[in-house]
Amino acid sequence: MMRQVITAMNRKLLRDLWNIKGQLVAIIFVMASGIMSFVLSFGVIDSLELGRDVYYDRYEFADVWASAKRVPEGVKEQIAEINGVAQIETRVTFGATVQVEGMDVPATGRILSYPDEREPLLDKLYLKSGRLLNPDEEDAILASEAFVVAHQFTLGDHIDMVVNGKKRSLKIVGIVLSPEYVYSLGPGALFPDDKRFGVFWMSRRALEAAVNMDGAFNNVALRLSRDANVEDVKEKLDRILKPYGGLISFDRSEQMSNWYVENELTQLKTTGTITPIIFLCVAAFLVNVVMTRQVATQRVQIGMLKAVGYSNAELAAHYLKMVMVVVVIGSFLGLAGGVWLGSGLLNIYSQFFRFPYLHYTYSVDIMILSVGFCAAAATAGTWIAMKQAADLPPAEAMRPEAPTEFKETILERLDIDKFFSFLSRIVLRQLERRPIRAFLSAVGVGFALAILVFANSMTDSMNYMMDVQYNIGNRETVLLGFVEPRGISALEEIKLMPGVMKVEPLRDIPVLLKHGHLSKRTGISGIRPDPDLHRVLDQSLKPVDVSGGGLVMSRKLAELLGAKVGDMVDVDVLEERRPQLSLPISAIYDEFMGIGAYMDIDRLNSLLNEGPVVTGAALQTDPNWNGPLYQNIKDVPAIISMAIMVRMREIFEQIMDENMMRMMAVYIVFAGVIAFGVIYNTARIAFSERSRELAALRVLGLTKGEVAYILFGELGFVVMVAIPMGLFIGYGLCAGMVAALDTELFRMPLYIKNDTYAYAVIVVLVSALISFYLVWRQVDKIDLVAAQKGVE
Amino acid sequence: MPDFKGQGANPAMLDAVNDKNMVFKTDAITKQYGMGELTVHALRGVTLEVPRGELVVLLGPSGSGKSTFLNIIGGLDQPTSGDVHFEGHALADMTDRELTYFRREHVGFVFQSYNLVPSLTALENVELITDIAENPMPAREALEIVKLKDRLNHFPSQLSGGEQQRVAIARAIAKRPEVMLCDEPTGALDSETGILVLEALQNVNRTYGTTTIIITHNAAIANVADRVIYFADGQVAKVVKNDHPKDIHEIGW
Repeated sequence: MMRQVITAMNRKLLRDLWNIKGQLVAIIFVMASGIMSFVLSFGVIDSLELGRDVYYDRYEFADVWASAKRVPEGVKEQIAEINGVAQIETRVTFGATVQVEGMDVPATGRILSYPDEREPLLDKLYLKSGRLLNPDEEDAILASEAFVVAHQFTLGDHIDMVVNGKKRSLKIVGIVLSPEYVYSLGPGALFPDDKRFGVFWMSRRALEAAVNMDGAFNNVALRLSRDANVEDVKEKLDRILKPYGGLISFDRSEQMSNWYVENELTQLKTTGTITPIIFLCVAAFLVNVVMTRQVATQRVQIGMLKAVGYSNAELAAHYLKMVMVVVVIGSFLGLAGGVWLGSGLLNIYSQFFRFPYLHYTYSVDIMILSVGFCAAAATAGTWIAMKQAADLPPAEAMRPEAPTEFKETILERLDIDKFFSFLSRIVLRQLERRPIRAFLSAVGVGFALAILVFANSMTDSMNYMMDVQYNIGNRETVLLGFVEPRGISALEEIKLMPGVMKVEPLRDIPVLLKHGHLSKRTGISGIRPDPDLHRVLDQSLKPVDVSGGGLVMSRKLAELLGAKVGDMVDVDVLEERRPQLSLPISAIYDEFMGIGAYMDIDRLNSLLNEGPVVTGAALQTDPNWNGPLYQNIKDVPAIISMAIMVRMREIFEQIMDENMMRMMAVYIVFAGVIAFGVIYNTARIAFSERSRELAALRVLGLTKGEVAYILFGELGFVVMVAIPMGLFIGYGLCAGMVAALDTELFRMPLYIKNDTYAYAVIVVLVSALISFYLVWRQVDKIDLVAAQKGVE
Repeated sequence: MPDFKGQGANPAMLDAVNDKNMVFKTDAITKQYGMGELTVHALRGVTLEVPRGELVVLLGPSGSGKSTFLNIIGGLDQPTSGDVHFEGHALADMTDRELTYFRREHVGFVFQSYNLVPSLTALENVELITDIAENPMPAREALEIVKLKDRLNHFPSQLSGGEQQRVAIARAIAKRPEVMLCDEPTGALDSETGILVLEALQNVNRTYGTTTIIITHNAAIANVADRVIYFADGQVAKVVKNDHPKDIHEIGW
């Protein structure tokens, strides 16, 4: 018979669990959400890192690269002799203009050589579809997947390109991925724009012929042996290439695509580590509080069971089983959900990080950690409550809780109690007698609110950052870049183009900044001291002042160089004549994006011994003339890049949406689940703690409404206290996150919109109302007769 | 006389008994609650003996120390000073584990507020004890003794107060205890129901020879007892031996 199999204690367990099923479901979801966000985030991050490592490894991602004007192939032997060089691949690479029908803005392309008769030794290609190139194959190219996808090209399509002044129609025979171009950033672009920039590969000999590079190369990639001294190799390589117009070599940390991948992963890791840790801690805290109170409601039963001969160990086992049910179901849902959502999210990320191998990694240690953490919190909560009840002499535990010492409430002491109704006074007295319980409830609800604020604030900060960057700071609508420096008179021509209202000169030079043993490749932008359009703002939205004559740099760049105001910085200009300058830092400013350095344009030009030249222009235009203007610009061969600010912002938003915000969206849902779970549980437990008392009041003649007022008055007060507390905690969590999110790509401003606060408060209030309604239905069901019989 | 084999399992209980006829002996036990000015002297030196097999009634006004005394001899509470011996063994010397065992095997409690587990049926509430006791009677049998065999599968909320209390008595006797300690078992019941409860207790006392101690406010109940102990102000006021206890049906309520 079943009876022999299931002991009376286990039957009690099952029925008790069934009686509080609503609360259990809520707490299980809270716990599962915590575990899910943890498993999901770490799974995705681990998988991405693994995907990157495998990709770089299998496709021989190089360690060092360098470009030059034209280097005879024979120089390769000299490079091979550098100590530490394990593998060399020389390449020819050339810029091209890509003409795509229907595009109002020209696209640019980079063509790299593909060795004839063999595979590349370094930076190999992953063939996504089609085929690789045949030796000497002319008019055929391999295209990067991103560009192909952005333009919805297919294999066999022809692309028109202007290479070295000659227009050619090239057929796409293969679609490929390269570890060198996981992200492809066009010249002057801050973000990858797959529509506007593509990477292509062409037969080496065919390309050599097209750009007059027979028997020569202009780009080299190196793989180093494990014990190589990277700096040493770079220095020697630079020395060898210098006579051939070599530009400073760089390693992985400065390689554009890799830098971008690293920055994106850092962002994801920061949000994806901090957020789930916060969630898991909040969930664990809440599970702890709820289990404590759940067990505390069984105090009388614990006393009785002890009195009739159950030992502490047997009782502990009984209540731990209750925890185990929560832990096991919560963990199962959390782990299964985490893996499921994680692999789904990874799938989405695979379109963003173009790694050929991306599989969801089951990080068992993360799973064990998250489950163990929640289980420990739940167990500790149960254990403490159990111990409190079990440590009491059974005789005392069985008595309904002793009436607490009567004290005049603060209202009575202040003699303002007469302003409150009889019922309100009951509510206040209850609160004052059990301040810790009320406080813990408020903390629980407060945390729920805080994570709602937190989850939404990231979007606010991001939008604010973009507003500063694209609307408040940069007031230009179009940013142009020239192929090479041009006289200032070029701006006069541009001013005459249709729709152009204002033009401002810009002078950008690529540089290597050195301070002590630290160095950083970046650019110096020459701007006007009092710009109307291209303004650089610091975090307090003040325009940066470049009139000091020296360099003005972002705090992040100064940090990377270990420099402060007044320090001299060595500047290697990475252009034509490669002059070397020494410049003082005249100011450091806090900025949100990039690692910029600025100077007065006139001062920069005179330092370079050049007349008034520009490399770009900031334009304010009339949007009604966009079409004709873009057409005009497209026809000027000297203009290599054109950034439309509206489009830039779109791209940046899209990148953020695709990357960080995706995870945030998942977190927002979890935060909602946790908030509701906590509030419902708080209300439900308050009800079971009070049910007997409320029944007695009903018997004394209070209406259901009045009884509900007492219960909900107390809960309402808790929620009211929780709201400001939660807003405060939420602000703190955001501040912590913003401080942690500090990449070279951007620093997040701490900016929380009132809408975000309002949203969190509304979710909490709606959760409270729904919970109250659900509990109200219980109040409705209070059985007065049963209550009087002393049955709980 | 039922066989209390469970007793043998605890070595602490095996020693020779000083006075074989006395189940409980207390020596000057006191109990104080609280500290400082608010100290409550619940017991002020109680020295008593409870002979085996008797039905003993404790009488006295509220606050006279009856419940405290019962809790202490039942191992639910510790005296502030003084000794309690159960069958010659000092309860004060027992570890928490031994006390638990003592309650599990030797003491049947009946509380004024029944203290049934609301989520268990009558039968299951009794099984709560038969699951852990060494030599219990079948739970059904215990419920038969209290005349509740047709209510086995009812939950406490479906039973009257008197029925709930009889379930509690069944729960107490199912372990075949040596003593039954009942704290105002009829306090919350009307007279008719109270009689049914007392009848069950007297029945157990007579049939199995279980020493039974009942706290009550109702002086009439004293007539059914072998011995009546009067408490007043934390002390024993007097002990009256009743050579001819009445049957429960003979007393007026």
